[in-house]
Amino acid sequence: MTTKIAPAPAAAPPARSRRFSINLRQSGIYVAFALIVVLFAVLTDGALLQPQNISNIIVQNSYVLILAIGMILVIIGGHIDLSVGSTVALTGAICAVLTVQWGLPWPVAVLLTLLSGALIGAAQGYWIAYFGIPAFIVTLAGMLVFRALTLTTLGNQGIGPFPDEIRSLSNGFTGGYLGNIGLGPLGGADLVSLLAGLTFVAGFALSQWRKRAARLGYDQTVEPMPVFVLKIVGVGVVVMAVVVQLARFRNLPWVLVLLAALALGYSLMAGNSVFGRHIYSIGGNLQAATLSGVKVKAVTFWVFVNMGALAALAGVIFAGRLNQAGPTAGMSFELDAIAAAFIGGAAVQGGVGKVVGAITGGLIMGVINNGMSLIGAPSERVMLVKGLVLLAAVAYDVWTKRRA
Amino acid sequence: MSDDILVMRGITKRFAGVTALHEVSLTVRRGEIHAICGENGAGKSTLMKVLSGVHPHGTYDGDILFEGEPCAFDGIRDSERRGIVIIHQELALCGQLSVAENLFLGNERSRRGFIDWNRTNHEAQALLDRVGLRENPTTPVNDLGVGKQQLVEIAKALSKEVSLLILDEPTAALNDDDSQHLLDLLDGLRNEGITSVIISHKLGEVIKIADTVTVLRDGKTIETLPAEGLSEERIISGMVGRDLEHRFPPRTPDIGEEVLRIEDWTVHSPAQPDRVVVDNATLSLRRGEIVGLAGLMGAGRTELAMSVFGRSYGVGISGRVVKDGQEIDTRTVRGAIRHGLAYVSEDRKKYGLNLIEGVQRNVSAAALDKLANRGWVNENEEYTVAERFRRSMGIRTAAVSTPTGTLSGGNQQKVVLAKWMFTDPDVLILDEPTRGIDVGAKYEIYSIINDLAAQGRAVLVISSELPELLGLCDRVYALSEGRITGEVSREEATQERLMQYMTRGQSS
Repeated sequence: MTTKIAPAPAAAPPARSRRFSINLRQSGIYVAFALIVVLFAVLTDGALLQPQNISNIIVQNSYVLILAIGMILVIIGGHIDLSVGSTVALTGAICAVLTVQWGLPWPVAVLLTLLSGALIGAAQGYWIAYFGIPAFIVTLAGMLVFRALTLTTLGNQGIGPFPDEIRSLSNGFTGGYLGNIGLGPLGGADLVSLLAGLTFVAGFALSQWRKRAARLGYDQTVEPMPVFVLKIVGVGVVVMAVVVQLARFRNLPWVLVLLAALALGYSLMAGNSVFGRHIYSIGGNLQAATLSGVKVKAVTFWVFVNMGALAALAGVIFAGRLNQAGPTAGMSFELDAIAAAFIGGAAVQGGVGKVVGAITGGLIMGVINNGMSLIGAPSERVMLVKGLVLLAAVAYDVWTKRRA
Repeated sequence: MSDDILVMRGITKRFAGVTALHEVSLTVRRGEIHAICGENGAGKSTLMKVLSGVHPHGTYDGDILFEGEPCAFDGIRDSERRGIVIIHQELALCGQLSVAENLFLGNERSRRGFIDWNRTNHEAQALLDRVGLRENPTTPVNDLGVGKQQLVEIAKALSKEVSLLILDEPTAALNDDDSQHLLDLLDGLRNEGITSVIISHKLGEVIKIADTVTVLRDGKTIETLPAEGLSEERIISGMVGRDLEHRFPPRTPDIGEEVLRIEDWTVHSPAQPDRVVVDNATLSLRRGEIVGLAGLMGAGRTELAMSVFGRSYGVGISGRVVKDGQEIDTRTVRGAIRHGLAYVSEDRKKYGLNLIEGVQRNVSAAALDKLANRGWVNENEEYTVAERFRRSMGIRTAAVSTPTGTLSGGNQQKVVLAKWMFTDPDVLILDEPTRGIDVGAKYEIYSIINDLAAQGRAVLVISSELPELLGLCDRVYALSEGRITGEVSREEATQERLMQYMTRGQSS
């Protein structure tokens, strides 16, 4: 600035001296998840954390978690998608027709199914983004329409069984390519699974370290070293604990490998890509984004295309898991996915949320489901608890916002 | 009864460690119009919230005496019962409801729980007559302009047997005609014995209408002065705590070639496609030049700017935009940005900022591609850019990640300016760049505008405040009913002359 500013600006505080404080609003969800896991581990006498049960939780919730990834992006953009449950059913049916009735090879069938999901998303995205009908209405209509199409496609009966490859994508496990090694009192465990876990943890540590180094290079505030180390160690211990349990059971479920890849990819996309950042800016302030040159309509359209494709993926996995495409598949999945996103810290107005948060939100519900059924709670009580957890999570979010 | 209708003594109000008001005193005489002036954040609105019970008794220290009696209001209903009514800056009307329904909202004219429509509309008509609003009581409020809505608010206050009327920035969103009508109305109410307290940034108005002026600064009462013979400079010196000899920073213009010309620009209203909003307007901007665009509300200033900037407003647009001698395509916002145009909206909260994100993500919003490599954003670069603007523009914020919704108006405006400076534009269109910003921050914004011009950029400033245009611009266009009705240079420009052009051709 060449001209003198009238009131002297407050001296800029040096970047490093700003105290690092843990953001409770963002980390609250992880703390809550840990507490819920501990609670049910105690209530079930450790049955919750048995190898086979951990595997079950992942496999049983995989499709909701996949839907939650798409849903969080929709919600960040300030919309909602009520049609994903019906889309799961319709795409499952399409996949069944392609493989069972037409006998197409499974990779072609899966690809075509994903494409049909994308088309479903595109059709809804068109009405929402370019025609300007609220997503609530469009996807409510879609919920009915796609369920109707499912019934038409299936002729009111299930189609199955699916090819083995699709079934193993949903239910199967990685092979023991390198055999087992002994883990002392824990018994034998699959070496490939353990190596994969270790690679993941090492990769996480390395990427965090490089991120930290880059931030320091740009003279930014970073977490103090002990917090940083604690975070890495914490993630490492949790991941390895899960992997060891899985390796003792039947190796890694394929669907976990898929989920890990999706979670990683979509987290990066949401946080660091221009496209992802545009979703946040649209949800944060639509008009400001428009006047900043963001292609609001195109971004919104593609968010729904993506949601459709992910719903199709969930549809394939769900159908494969049941080994049959049924007319009632995916009932109320949209509500689970939406609940996962909001428990995971999304804001109703849009502009806020994280992929990892939505996955954690989905896992919280999964653990509650699983833990309560292990202790023999009736399903109405599970529903009651899930409803209250959703309310409590959003109430907590609103409360922390009000205090700030 | 004493002469003083209201005495506030030693009012201290703290918010979570921040002292918003410190031992503030205010004495209002019966039947006067008392103006409260001060920069944003000086504590004016907080003081009025204490008075009206928004901040209930017990959350502040000090005494309030109304009509000589101590008051302990627990909420806004308490204070209204005593005849104290506050009209906030953001109007609190339900747009879909009729004028009459709004007037008696929460205070319905009813019989055994059912609305008595005859009485409602009849009494509403009487109130509208009293404030001089010639509208049908059954008209939805949305169909009225802001000026008329303001009158509905006042009529609503009158329906409550008001004896002390508090108005927070009543004319901020009004054009000169509507402002004048409102001030006349306050004058009339004064004759009826209603006491008013007005908070206003428009010091010219304050001097014209008020009997007494109290100046607040940094949560303290600085002085209470009779308005008679008071000058704007005198009030400002009290508000800023120093003599602001020049309200505008000095500048030596260095004007170069023509950079942008808008030719024969015509725009139609999207609501009524046969209505012309901008009519064959032609204007040009040169490098290093600050050009003003004056016009009354509804003259088509914002419509002109937004239609040029990516056709963000209007239908049936015709005309040419020529930059550096070549016609350019500004049909999309991206196209306009790519050709070096920037538009800073008059409503920064609605159109300018993502309020839930910090400075960092707002500054990059219009030029994210500059920070990205193959679609991936380099957040560290982004941080550096945000820090650079924070320092160079003196944006007061705890961190570049602090949500911009928590910043003051002046700082928010700096963030919006930084966003557009980062796109490195050749032409900036600034729509009401200092609206709702306090005097000190205005000076900073003017300095930034001068710097932009000094860097060889052309700046088009749209403003409702004529002194601002006269103090800032090298040349001013006047717009009336969508037509450019005049163009005056800095030397020739006077408020009177501009006002003549601005009202030319008005069918009245």
